[in-house]
Amino acid sequence: MTALLEATDVRKSYGDTLALDGVSLRVDAGEFVSIIGPNGAGKTTLVNVLTGLTPPSSGRVRFKGTDVAGVGPARLARLGMARSFQLVTIFPALSVADTLAVAALSRLRRSTRPFAALSRDADVRAAVDEVAALFGLHDKLERAARTLPQGDKKLLDVASAFALRPDVILMDEPTSGVSTADKTTIMQTLVHAAQRMGVRAIVQVEHDMDIVFGYSDRIVALHQGRVLADATPDAIRADADVVRAVLGIATTQGRTQPGRA
Amino acid sequence: MIVRALGLIAGAALVLLPLAGVPYTTTLLLPAFGYAVALLGLNLLFGSTGLLSFGHALFIALGGYTAAALTGRFGVRSLELVLLAAALVAALVAVPIGLLCVRYVKIYFGMLTLAFGMLFYSFLYKFYALTGGDEGMRVLRPMLLGRPLEHLDTVAYLTGPFYYYALGVLVVAALVMRRLVGSPFGLSLRSIRENAAKAESLGIGVRRCRLAAFVVAAVFGAIGGVLLVVPTGLADPLLAYWTHSGNLVFMLLLGGFDHFLGPVLGALVFILLQDSVMSLTSYWRFVFGAILAVIVIFFPRGLMGLLDARRAAAS
Repeated sequence: MTALLEATDVRKSYGDTLALDGVSLRVDAGEFVSIIGPNGAGKTTLVNVLTGLTPPSSGRVRFKGTDVAGVGPARLARLGMARSFQLVTIFPALSVADTLAVAALSRLRRSTRPFAALSRDADVRAAVDEVAALFGLHDKLERAARTLPQGDKKLLDVASAFALRPDVILMDEPTSGVSTADKTTIMQTLVHAAQRMGVRAIVQVEHDMDIVFGYSDRIVALHQGRVLADATPDAIRADADVVRAVLGIATTQGRTQPGRA
Repeated sequence: MIVRALGLIAGAALVLLPLAGVPYTTTLLLPAFGYAVALLGLNLLFGSTGLLSFGHALFIALGGYTAAALTGRFGVRSLELVLLAAALVAALVAVPIGLLCVRYVKIYFGMLTLAFGMLFYSFLYKFYALTGGDEGMRVLRPMLLGRPLEHLDTVAYLTGPFYYYALGVLVVAALVMRRLVGSPFGLSLRSIRENAAKAESLGIGVRRCRLAAFVVAAVFGAIGGVLLVVPTGLADPLLAYWTHSGNLVFMLLLGGFDHFLGPVLGALVFILLQDSVMSLTSYWRFVFGAILAVIVIFFPRGLMGLLDARRAAAS
């Protein structure tokens, strides 16, 4: 079976620094995959390579069977891969409705229509309403994104990626910068949204081990630009090398203690 | 409500002005119409897309010289054809320049547009045989809607048929721009202005959209340029000079770039203010500099922002 997303022997270097050293990764339909690793392990570089933002120095990235290495995020988004960023990334002056409409128009291939009346586009309106309702933003549609509380900004960031109705979504720390109380809410919201919107696979970079072990089908542990382990959460917990090198924390009674790796 | 009411009053005043028997004021407003059309385009680039051009006068000059070449050398006297040709020439020139410029943003974009503007100025100034050098090229009086109007003297032509023609072009340009700004393309541009990386991650072709905005702005600039040179009867190199581009930016800031009609207001107020201040003192540039400083520091949203603030306070 063809993988939805597959990276083969990907290397990425910045001058003398080797950020990714022969990383191979496969994501199949129906999977929730988490990428973990200490700071500097190459997690964000890997996401940037997978989402076309950064071309790899060598190696291959295939999405739905097509080579997509370095094609750029815009084309990849149109092919069905969306991403959200580590830091909250929004359009500060645009309303919530307009932010979601940007993604909906892109999905509908209507972004460059110069003379269509946006306010009368029923398809876009319906798409905006659907995503806003899924993410609890329906009563804030007319608010400027910059005026939202931090948790809602993060939700809007992720919601706009979901509004593309992608096959695969890659999220770089979807719960970073939000309160501990909001983290579970955000994760439950986006898993529910993924089911409703037909997202076939989720890949996330995450430091919060409760989130990682609570939601993942598979965990890929990176260390110094290499894949140290690629296994189920239970197998990762049982792997002493991963616990020592990547998690860096003790485990008790089979459960990883909360905290950042 | 206040903005709409003031807009209606201003619109009615503009329509009735030629009937009031004040030809000086009437002809004074003709360049404002030309500038307003050009600024509507420039504001798509700056207000919507976030790219500030310091060389937009290039396209005004291109429109002006197209009008001069067609009316003076090729005997094309139909203003509709001249406008169409100016728009086409501007689009053709804007594509290669835009392809280079939109690779950059912020000050780098501004400096590159300034450089192209000055290149064109030098071309107009030095290629005497082709452009008339510092003397420029004459623009002959064009026909309006197929009517020669030769029985009218220049003042009657300019304060009558041409005034309403130019006002009509401005209204059409404003309606087209309003449609563009409210379209999916307009939203894509605003998303790019707000966060280009985010827009790209949502599938927006950032460079392509920026290039399209650049070309549209150039077309509006050239149409405005045609309207500017008909009343003076001359296209000269100063149309492309960098201070002319600076005046355009001034007008944009004066009127307010975050409101759709800000550029139109900016053009009208600039022309009327320039005439008033020039009649009072020869140091009018000094006065304008001070006004610009006050606007940027205290009223960054321009005159339209002031009206909007009053509306917000009233509601």
